[in-house]
Amino acid sequence: MNQSNSLQSYSLNVNGTVHKIEADEDMPLLYALRGDLGLNNPHFGCGLAQCGACTVHVDGQAVRSCITPVSAIGDSKIVTLAGLGTPEKPHPLQTAYIEEQVPQCGYCINGWLMTAAAFLRDKKKPTDDEIKTALEGLKCRCGTHMGILRAVKRASAMMG
Amino acid sequence: MTRMEKSADFSRRALLKAGGALVVSIGAPVTFDFAQADAAMSPQTMGVPAMSVAVKPALTPDQLSSYVAVNADGTIAAYFGKMDMGHGIAVAIAQMVAEELDAPFSSVKMFMGDTATSVNQGGASGSTGVQEGGKQMRLAAAEARRVLVEMAADKLGLPADQLEVTDAVVHAKADPQKKVSYRELVGGRYFNVPLAWNGKIGNPLLAPGKAAPKNPKDYRVVGQPIKREDVAPRVFAQLDFCTDVKVPDMVHGRMIRPAVAGAVPVKVDESSIKDIPGAKVVWNQGFLGVVADKEWDAIKAMRQLKVEWSDAKPPFPDQTTAIYDYIRNAPVRKKEVAGKTVGDVEAAFKTAARVIEAEYEWPFQSHASMGPACAVVDIKDDQVSIWTGSQKPHFTRNGVAAILGVPAEKVHAVWIPGPGSYGRNDAGDAVMDAALLAKAVGKPVRLQYMRDQATGWDPKGPASIHRARAAIDASGKVIAYEFMSKGLPRVDVNSNESKPHDTLAGQLTGVALQSGDGFAVPQESYGFDNKLTYWETVAPLLDRGSPLRTSHLRDPVGPQIHFASESFMDEVAAALAMDPVAFRLQYVKDPRDIAVIKAAAEKAGWQSRPSPRKDQIGSKVSGRGFAYVQRGPTRVAIVAEVDVDRSTGKIWARKFTVAHDCGQIINPDGLRHAIEGNVVQGISRTLWEEVKFNSKNVTSVDWLTYPILDITEMPEVIESVLIDRPDIEPSGAGEPSTRPVAAAIANAVFDATGVRIRRVPFSPENVKSALS
Repeated sequence: MNQSNSLQSYSLNVNGTVHKIEADEDMPLLYALRGDLGLNNPHFGCGLAQCGACTVHVDGQAVRSCITPVSAIGDSKIVTLAGLGTPEKPHPLQTAYIEEQVPQCGYCINGWLMTAAAFLRDKKKPTDDEIKTALEGLKCRCGTHMGILRAVKRASAMMG
Repeated sequence: MTRMEKSADFSRRALLKAGGALVVSIGAPVTFDFAQADAAMSPQTMGVPAMSVAVKPALTPDQLSSYVAVNADGTIAAYFGKMDMGHGIAVAIAQMVAEELDAPFSSVKMFMGDTATSVNQGGASGSTGVQEGGKQMRLAAAEARRVLVEMAADKLGLPADQLEVTDAVVHAKADPQKKVSYRELVGGRYFNVPLAWNGKIGNPLLAPGKAAPKNPKDYRVVGQPIKREDVAPRVFAQLDFCTDVKVPDMVHGRMIRPAVAGAVPVKVDESSIKDIPGAKVVWNQGFLGVVADKEWDAIKAMRQLKVEWSDAKPPFPDQTTAIYDYIRNAPVRKKEVAGKTVGDVEAAFKTAARVIEAEYEWPFQSHASMGPACAVVDIKDDQVSIWTGSQKPHFTRNGVAAILGVPAEKVHAVWIPGPGSYGRNDAGDAVMDAALLAKAVGKPVRLQYMRDQATGWDPKGPASIHRARAAIDASGKVIAYEFMSKGLPRVDVNSNESKPHDTLAGQLTGVALQSGDGFAVPQESYGFDNKLTYWETVAPLLDRGSPLRTSHLRDPVGPQIHFASESFMDEVAAALAMDPVAFRLQYVKDPRDIAVIKAAAEKAGWQSRPSPRKDQIGSKVSGRGFAYVQRGPTRVAIVAEVDVDRSTGKIWARKFTVAHDCGQIINPDGLRHAIEGNVVQGISRTLWEEVKFNSKNVTSVDWLTYPILDITEMPEVIESVLIDRPDIEPSGAGEPSTRPVAAAIANAVFDATGVRIRRVPFSPENVKSALS
């Protein structure tokens, strides 16, 4: 197999574990997470930062991994949906999503959960309009928006 | 709780030995075992067939074991030839199976959409999950219970009519200690019981046994709001989508589509991607794709490959809205009078004191699924494995077999949830493309489309025009009604991909499109004395490989037809200065229709008055609108309340009240969620969605050029009134509530503004222009 000359080595801190990978510097983080690390989240939705299906946290900020070059990550800490919480220790948003039975196909949930998690960490007791504005632009094609809003409000209440 | 079981290990016997709850890594090596019947499956030697056998009977629709089995641990396996695309149908089916078997709901394990474990019940299709698929599973479960009680009678030495079943244990009515469990009777073995199959596959498949299902008054599980168990694995990132399937030695594929529709590659410079590791070109006539070892490299190869394309001039109108004149003027390919024709419409119109006429227009719309379609195809020797998000994996199996030239029984299709669905979306093309790539490169291929391919090249919901007229006599009575739909056919490509001509891969490798035909007319029960409804279709724009080829999109042709027909009823009511609900109640005949109309109006606090309102000044105005429809046996009535900003043209579809009657309700929680999703998607399609194109190609290729409803525009309230009719067979709920949304919004906008908008979408730009 040919080896491209542009391959660089990167250390990625993902969900608390450091992984070493080799990749083109312009390769988006999404392909490192899915391909090199074998994670089944986040998802490819558009590759254009228009939908949110690829969202992860980079040092606590919600970031679209489909347009973020792997070379831009450096030592930053990446958290994916799998790192947000577990069945044993769920994030309130995950609990609320289950309680409210939000998703249909569920392909969009990385965007909503990761964006809302970053938002709720910084904003206690937001109003409905504040929640909607924070989540503006994220896509859900199945039309589960009513459930999404209920779940974010429920999680906000749980977070006190 | 019910699980949506994975069956990555395809041995059904292994699954049953493991109690059905086998969780296997998708990445693990897969083995095939289509455990077909051998001598043991026809144990007729003693004169009386055994009702259970150790080796699985053939997976055919006339065998009870094809639908239900009792696992070695006593749990129940339900094999469903349809799938849950997100509406919670897996829960509903498990409820129906548990109910008929008198087994705990938690003991039922669902296996769905796998050609190795289920027969072809049509896949996800036409809101028939419960209506057709559930009906069959209910009959099969009832028959299984009958057989189990008969076996228990034999074992306990008691007549069957002195036995009853509690939690999968058969016991004497008089003495609960005289008992035997399903597990003890048949656990780990297979039913060997024939069913009276009607000889059909797909949605109409029906194979009853001798048993009649339960009386609804005895239901304990059906009707309960049981939650989905697949939500938790989704939010903890533990559930694989078809995009996550990995098999050893797999390479990644990408397709290359022309910038001009209909163009084919005439020169491909493979050396232009030689620096990309493992990159290869697959080119056959119009079919052009690349593969590479890593996904990002496949994307780079797709972008970097130098291709010279033929000069093509697709016969597309030069702008999106010119499609309506094209449809109006194009020769009629097929015409059909449909619906209930009554009286003599022409004669009645000649006597009319007044005639009301209107014409409506609906654009092409895209499935625009959340993620581009993905498929994995692995060809090993003479066995083909496919993983697909397609709604119809059993039909996909036939299509892949045909395009690869192998017998269908050598193809194993596994449905894995895809990124959204809503009909014949791009999944049906992706799997066929992946099959050709895998065959060409001799390795398993995972293909995912890019966003522009998903929105730009999926089969589209057809554009159409609709003409309606009503004759009114001197007393103000509607004496005649005529309604016409004319559009691109509802299915240029069939709603499943069982034939190569119904896929891009087939068409691009030389199989001409064989456009299907058909449209539809309104479904309602307006009892006008003279009534004629018919449809006409026109030929597709481009005869192969078209980004504007049509196929099924949620509630196929329903939203466009009923946008027109229910807007028109409102126009007639307004012309007669009648309240829109009162007008409908005057003419609608069906008692269930009348009930949903009254229920929606009552719940919404509908005040009787004609539209439009005339009491509002300023730029911000509000209105309410009504619409009602049937979809098969299901009925829906809906009240929309909207705010319109006349200065910007922006509509906020603020509140919806939905009355829904789909007969017997299996799970009210699932139903309520399905309705919410349908209403939101319906608002999106009404306010925003239009596939734009020019004389070269589709130009709606992402979320900026094909906008959908944003969360900042979502309604404040969607309220549902669920009318439960336990004694009426359950009918579809997956799509019907999508159908009346557009008309209800249009009628509310008229109520608010006095302006009738007859073309979708109601984007701010279009509304502002209509209001000026």
